[in-house]
Amino acid sequence: MGRRFDIKHVPGFLPVTILCLVVLYAPLLVVTIYSLNDSNSITNWEGVSLRWYADVFTGPEAEKFKLAAWNSFTIAIIAATVSTSIATLAATAMVRGGRFRLRTVSFGLISMPLMVPEIVTAVATLIFFNSIGFTRGYSSILLAHIAFCIPFAYMPIAARMQGIEDSYEQAALDLYATKRQAFTRILLPMMVPGIISGYLLAFIISLDDFIITNFVKGAGIETLPTAIFGSVKQGIKPNIMAISTMLLALSILMVTISYFVSKSDKKT
Amino acid sequence: MQVTDDRINAIDIRNAVKRYGDFTALKTISLSIRDNEFFTLLGPSGCGKTTLLRMIAGFEDVTEGEIFLFGDEIEKLPPNRRPINTVFQNYALFPMMTILDNVAFGLEMKGESKAAARKRAGEMLELVQLSQFSSRKPSQLSGGQQQRVALARALAPSPKVLLLDEPLSALDLKLRQAMRFELKELQRETGITFIFVTHDQEEALTMSDRIAVMSAGELQQLGDARDIYERPSNMFVADFIGETNLLEVEVDAVEAGRAQVHLGGGHQLSVDAVEGVGKGAKVHMSVRPERLYLSEGAEGPESLAGTVRANMFVGTDIQTLLDLDGGVQISVRSSNSERGNKRVFEPGQIAHINMEQGAARLLAD
Ligand SMILES: Nc1ncnc2c1ncn2[C@@H]1O[C@H](COP(=O)(O)OP(=O)(O)OP(=O)(O)O)[C@@H](O)[C@H]1O
Ligand SMILES: [Mg+2]
Repeated sequence: MGRRFDIKHVPGFLPVTILCLVVLYAPLLVVTIYSLNDSNSITNWEGVSLRWYADVFTGPEAEKFKLAAWNSFTIAIIAATVSTSIATLAATAMVRGGRFRLRTVSFGLISMPLMVPEIVTAVATLIFFNSIGFTRGYSSILLAHIAFCIPFAYMPIAARMQGIEDSYEQAALDLYATKRQAFTRILLPMMVPGIISGYLLAFIISLDDFIITNFVKGAGIETLPTAIFGSVKQGIKPNIMAISTMLLALSILMVTISYFVSKSDKKT
Repeated sequence: MQVTDDRINAIDIRNAVKRYGDFTALKTISLSIRDNEFFTLLGPSGCGKTTLLRMIAGFEDVTEGEIFLFGDEIEKLPPNRRPINTVFQNYALFPMMTILDNVAFGLEMKGESKAAARKRAGEMLELVQLSQFSSRKPSQLSGGQQQRVALARALAPSPKVLLLDEPLSALDLKLRQAMRFELKELQRETGITFIFVTHDQEEALTMSDRIAVMSAGELQQLGDARDIYERPSNMFVADFIGETNLLEVEVDAVEAGRAQVHLGGGHQLSVDAVEGVGKGAKVHMSVRPERLYLSEGAEGPESLAGTVRANMFVGTDIQTLLDLDGGVQISVRSSNSERGNKRVFEPGQIAHINMEQGAARLLAD
């Protein structure tokens, strides 16, 4: 046998790696840098300033963005909370419910929406709301978001639960806890990192959703993504880059929280 | 039902059967475990030890039969209504709680106030010498320390019976040996009945008041360490516990508690008779290698001559393998000391094998 195979020594490894990183991050970098541009144009650099950030909050489109942000954040918070609660109960039932007959089927049913093209879900949700005569608006967006966030919230929670051996619950029962106490005092706290991950994922997915929201929102109501899209249709202005950068910062914050939650969990 | 007897058993298992679908994991087990006893379930992997323990704890239904705890029938009660606690093999300490809260958990669940539970938990931690770690999390302790926390946690609510499923298997050899002693001490101090599961015979022999040897879902023998080691009741027990020579013999006569037998090569021997082995029976005889010794000449009419095939050095002992007439092989252990090891025979030499009084044991099957 020759030397151990080492991917780092394959010809072209370094250039390909750099290319991938550039493709992944260059657009984000450009948007971030140009959001600080002190110019009305999006291509000419005229020095650093925060004027476009101020513009987002005070400029001509400020009212529109504020309302859209309010809608987006309230929907994301409610949708993430409700879908995470449902996903927690579903994961508990699935993982702890023993080997009931339709277990595999149930698991498939919960996770399949992740693989269905979003446009199909969007059209289906729209048709569903129409057929039951549901008025489109804030609540239709909220309901749709709760529904499609459930599988996203479910995955990290179920993964976490599978790692919790039965013996913890049994130890609690053995030490005179009731089934309910074993759940609230032992299982639930052990699931918390999974629940937080699920919540953050659901929140980001909801905040970021465009296709489904656009289908079910109806006229006269916007979320941040649809509002941004609406503005961009009239030409890209630097304030769009400022909003995008703020959203990016929020995502990074969430990923960081998620990372530290899972890290602190490893220590316990 | 209530039995009124002052020597009432801690646990009475009556005709307990456990089936998983078509598979019978336990075949009609009846077993009594006395109060204040260090009782061990010993058997090879898959023989049903854990299953039996989990049935006593309440994690597994009993397919048929009954289990009594100090006279009260318990097999239908959920685990949280049985005054029995378990030390789990992986300890199952609650990772988000401190050591103190872990130990206090059972007391709190039993309805004691937080303060009282913590006070008692502190005392338990003192008993296992871990007081200085009470505010740590389980992951900040070593395996041996976690093990002691698991013990303290299970003992804190003063259960009537403590169940331990291979609690030492995750520890290294030195620690395992130290913990054997500690466990035994703890049992004596608390006076609680311990039911200990292991597949390690040395552990079983050194710690237990009584041992139940199991195999394939059946009880093979029940007795103290000496009974099981020196008077195995069947082939399985003789072979499973320790090292032994299993020799095929035919019984020529049984008289006054003694049986006259001969080996394949025609050697005549006289051994203690056992029930169920009569004249003409072809059975096995078990002789422990350390109860045989070698000599140059025959020391009596029952000395067997054999050719030395090999010597093996096993630290404390020297093990000699000998070939007898009729293709029989015998292993003899002699202590590796000035006194014990009178003479080492080289391969190819003829040596005489002598049996200590009562060393040979006939096996019914
Ligand atoms: N849930 C189950 N379903 C089906 N069979 C089972 C189940 N649990 C245990 N068994 C079977 O019952 C038998 C006894 O298992 P058990 O766990 O009691 O063995 P054990 O003596 O504790 O072995 P070990 O020393 O390996 O722990 C095994 O053959 C096992 O495969
Ligand atoms: Mg086992």
